[in-house]
Amino acid sequence: MQNFEPVIVAFCCHYCAYTAADMAGSKRLSYPPNVKIIRVPCSGKVDAIHLMKALQKGADGVYVAGCLDGDCHFKTGNIRAARHVDSVKKLLDEIGIEKERVEMFSMSAGMGEKFAEVASEFTEKIRKLGPNPVNRTAFAEARQAVG
Amino acid sequence: MITAERKPMEELTEYVRPFGRILLVGCNECVTVCAAGGRKEVGLLSSALQMHFMKEGKPFEVNELTLERQCDPEYVEELVPHINQVDAVLSMACGCGVQEIARRYKEKPVFPAVNTKFMGASESQGIWAERCQGCGDCVLGITGGVCPIARCSKQLLNGPCGGSTKGKCEIDPGVDCAWQLIWDRLKALGKSDLYENNIPAKDWRSGRGGGPRKIIREDLAS
Amino acid sequence: MKTDSILEKILAAGHLAVTSECGPPRGALPDKVKQKAELLRGCVDAVNVTDNQTAMVRMSSLAACIFLRQMGLNPILQMVTRDRNRLSMQSDILGAYSHEIDNMLCLSGDHPRFGDHPMAANVHDIDSVQFIDMVRVMRDEGKFQGGEAIDGPPKMFIGAAANPFADPFELRVARLAKKVKAGVDFIQTQCIYNVDKFAKWMEGVRDRGLHEQVYILAGITPMKSAGMARYMKNKVPGMDVPDELVKRIAGVPKEKQADEGIKICIETIERCKEIEGVNGFHIMAIEWEQKVPEIVEQAGLLPRPSVN
Repeated sequence: MQNFEPVIVAFCCHYCAYTAADMAGSKRLSYPPNVKIIRVPCSGKVDAIHLMKALQKGADGVYVAGCLDGDCHFKTGNIRAARHVDSVKKLLDEIGIEKERVEMFSMSAGMGEKFAEVASEFTEKIRKLGPNPVNRTAFAEARQAVG
Repeated sequence: MITAERKPMEELTEYVRPFGRILLVGCNECVTVCAAGGRKEVGLLSSALQMHFMKEGKPFEVNELTLERQCDPEYVEELVPHINQVDAVLSMACGCGVQEIARRYKEKPVFPAVNTKFMGASESQGIWAERCQGCGDCVLGITGGVCPIARCSKQLLNGPCGGSTKGKCEIDPGVDCAWQLIWDRLKALGKSDLYENNIPAKDWRSGRGGGPRKIIREDLAS
Repeated sequence: MKTDSILEKILAAGHLAVTSECGPPRGALPDKVKQKAELLRGCVDAVNVTDNQTAMVRMSSLAACIFLRQMGLNPILQMVTRDRNRLSMQSDILGAYSHEIDNMLCLSGDHPRFGDHPMAANVHDIDSVQFIDMVRVMRDEGKFQGGEAIDGPPKMFIGAAANPFADPFELRVARLAKKVKAGVDFIQTQCIYNVDKFAKWMEGVRDRGLHEQVYILAGITPMKSAGMARYMKNKVPGMDVPDELVKRIAGVPKEKQADEGIKICIETIERCKEIEGVNGFHIMAIEWEQKVPEIVEQAGLLPRPSVN
C-alpha cells in the first residue's frame, strides 16, 4: 500500500489544540501534511454528525483535539467532545467500519511537541489501517497493489 | 413522552437493502426529546446507512426530512412532494407515526427505525424511566402520585409484595419498589391512612383489555 | 366454621396446626408427586402444593392436589396471580373444590425474571388482596367476581402469605391487616430465622388485634448447610438470616451441618411456640421432605390430632 496517503481531518479547539499547532509551526516541528486542521471555538462544538460526515466524504481518519481535563475554556466542552467521539465509535462498529478511525486527544496550548506527535502517530496508525472502506475505488486499488 | 431507541444497524440495513433511494423521516416531538429520532438522529442514521452501502459498493441514496409530528394527518400530508422520489420510507418516529405514514402512502413500503419503548419521564439528563401504561382509569390521586400499574413489576394495587428489599424491587436493585415510593409519599402527605383501604380489582376494559381504544370528541370531530 | 376443612377444624379446636409443602415435578410423571407426598403422611395436617414456584413450569398445582386427595392426604391449593386471569382462577377453584380440595393459598407469585420463562407475559389481572376477597365472595355470597350466582359455591378455607422480613418493616403489619380485611382465614409466614424480628412483628399484629381474626402459621425451613445459609442470606429477596446463625452452622464440620440445621429448626419452633398468636407451623423442607417427620416429632408435635 505504498501509494496510500491517508487523508486526516483534525478538529482543533481555538484555545488549546489550535494554539499548540501554531506553536509546533513556530518551533519548526514537522508533522505530516496529511492532517487537515479545522479550527473550532471549542472541541465541544464538534458534534457526532461532523465526525460521521468527514468519514462519509472520504477522510480516512478523524480526530478531535481539545483541552486537558479540567482546563476547557468553556468548562466541559472537551468532555462533551469525548462523548461524541465515543458514540461515533459505537456507530462505526455497528456498520463494520474500524472504530479506530475516530479519536479524541487532549493537550494544552503550549504543547507543540504533543500536537506534532499526535498528528504523526495518528497518521501512521491510519496508514497501517488502510483506506477508509467507504472509498471503494481507493480501497480496491490498494487491495490490488498489495496483490 | 413516548420513548424509543434506534433499532440495531443490522436490522435497519436489512430492511432497506432492496431499495436504491429511501426517505428517512424524523419527528420533532417525543423521539427528539429522547434523542432517538429527531433531526440530529436522522442526519446520523443517514450518514451511517450511506457509509454502510458505500462500503459494499451498492448505490444507495437517502433523502432526509423531519416532520413536526408524524401522528397527525396534516403533517404526514407534507410528504406528498417527496414520496414518489423514493422507493421506501424509513420512519424514526414512534409506532404511531410509522403507522400513519403507512396508512397514507399505501403503495410505499414503510419501515420503523426505532423500537418504541414506553411512556415515561426524564429522571435526569439522558435517563428516562417508565411512568404510565395508559390503563385508562388513573389511580394517581390515591397513591400519592406514584403509579402502581406502570411502576410495580407485578402491578399490585395493594402492595408491596414480600420481595421488596431496601426500597428496591426484587427483580433488579436498579428498580425502585413502587409501593415503597407510594408509602413514602402518603406519609409525607399525612395520608398514610389511605393505605389501609383495599383497592378493588381493576376493570381492565378502560385499558387494553377492552380492545384497541379510541377517543371521539363530538365537539371537535368534523 | 366457614368450611368443612380439616385444617380449619384443627385450628378452631385450639391445636397447633402443622402444614408442609410438596412441590410438583418438572414433568408429567404422577409417581414423582406421590412419592414426595407419601413422606409427609401422618406428620402434618395439610400439604401446600406450590404453583409454578420460582416462576418455573411444573405440573399444575391443581393436578398434583388431586393426586394427594386420592392418596387420602389433605392438600392446600396454591395459586399465583402471575399466570392467570380471574376467569381461569375462578374456574380452577371450582375444579379444585369439585375434587374435594377445600384449602387454598392466594399469592402474587415470584417474578418470571427468576424462572425458566423470563420472556412470558405477566398476567396479574388481580393482586393477592383482591384474590382473597374474590374467593371469600365466592364462598360466602355464592357469587362470581363478575357478580353472577355460582351453581355450587366452593367452600374454601382461604390462606395467604405474610413476610415479616421484607421491607418496609413498618408496613408489614398493615399489609396483613389488608389481607384480614379482605377476608383471609389463615396465613403462613416466610421462613423464620430472625425470631426477634418475628416476635416484633407479632407484637404489632397483636396490637391491632389481628391475631384474633386470622390463624397464623409460623414458617420454618431447616438449613442443610452453611452454603445454604449464606445463599438464603444474600441471594433470596425478603429473607432475614442473622449473621450468628450463619456463623453457628459454619462453625460445625461439614458432615454435621445438616444436623445442626435441624437443631436450629427445632429451637426456632420451640421459641415460636412461646409467642402469643402463633397457631401452628408451616414447615418448608424443600427437596428435604424426608426430614419433616423427624422435625415434627422432635418439636413435640406428634401425634397429629384427628378431628371429624
